[in-house]
Amino acid sequence: MSKTIKILGTGCPKCQSLTGVVKDVVSENNIDATIEKVEDIMEIMRYNVMTTPALVIDDVITIKGRVPSKEEVLALLN
Amino acid sequence: MFDGLQDFADWLIYSVFGIGADTHLGTALNFFVFDTLKILILLFFIVFIMGIVNAYFPIERLKDYLNKKKLYGLEYFFASVFGAITPFCSCSSVPLFIGFVQGGIPLGVTFAFLITSPLVNEVAVAMFLGMFGVKATLIYALSGILLGSVGGWLLGKMNLEPLLSDWVKEILENKMQQAAYQDEKRSFRDRLPEITRGAWDIVKGVLLYVIIGIAIGAAMHGYVPENFFNQYLGGGQWWTVPLAVLVAVPMYANAAGIVPIIQVFVAKGVPLGTAIAFMMATVGLSIPEATLLKKVMSLKLIAIFFGVVTLCIILSGYLFNLIL
Repeated sequence: MSKTIKILGTGCPKCQSLTGVVKDVVSENNIDATIEKVEDIMEIMRYNVMTTPALVIDDVITIKGRVPSKEEVLALLN
Repeated sequence: MFDGLQDFADWLIYSVFGIGADTHLGTALNFFVFDTLKILILLFFIVFIMGIVNAYFPIERLKDYLNKKKLYGLEYFFASVFGAITPFCSCSSVPLFIGFVQGGIPLGVTFAFLITSPLVNEVAVAMFLGMFGVKATLIYALSGILLGSVGGWLLGKMNLEPLLSDWVKEILENKMQQAAYQDEKRSFRDRLPEITRGAWDIVKGVLLYVIIGIAIGAAMHGYVPENFFNQYLGGGQWWTVPLAVLVAVPMYANAAGIVPIIQVFVAKGVPLGTAIAFMMATVGLSIPEATLLKKVMSLKLIAIFFGVVTLCIILSGYLFNLIL
């Protein structure tokens, strides 16, 4: 089943490096997933996160406030 | 603790480069090498320790604590302390703000957090420790926390809720749908590499500012005559503190770059209180922060917020100059 990945962040450097990590993991492992960047602050606040960037997989917040390693993202996606 | 570093700097400049210890260039370069290394080491350790603290006290837990405990007026102080220990990132200030008010925390208490968070951050503390020593660092951190508490309390008394943006008011009235949150359950061992990486990232991020700041500081140290600023800023005229603060508010200087320069000002005769006030106004309030906050509050509220904090900083500058 295709996964929906959302990256919440207002465009700070950390948010961009999280996007990079997630894109790499998805393409390197041929994971069936759509990646969406959420930059609108009102939309971000719906997820009740207080620290950005945050990683949301199928509407569950898995990471917030930090940039995870590739291995960690891969484990979360499997 | 840093004797080895001083030996290394002496050896590198005086022996390897062969620049005399009695020349301006020699002392300036020595100062630059020693301070840069010392600051980077301190910075790494402090960011690392803060990383560990934050792994155990994530902001959500601090928010719950403020929300559930009855603190009898001490909530301003606690919010301010939490602001000090939470790593500050200007891009997180809006989500933090919303998260707090949405969680039912009073606006004044939220402001206490918001004031202290940039004021007392790990980079500023490490730089202060390296350039001014333990006593001045404690004074800086404690006064930052106190200033946040007082500022937050004052703002809380003003009933400013009507001045929030409409969509924030809406959030306050009807709770929005919220996604589930998985609590992170990982051992300290799992987190350690990531905390170390985070500390490196921060050190790398400010490296350039540290080098530039210390280079300017080192150059000034060697060439600006002793008591130079006494004639202009150090004479204790009443207007020096407000002037220093008002110049600093719109400035957005990285704490890493500004502290080494302030240190020279102090060494050449500017009172420490004036210097601390300048520093607080530079890192605590800035135009970029105001732009971000515009999303959640009206211009009038931002003006009141900045006005109250500026006033508190000026008053604390006077206070320091009296007692130090």
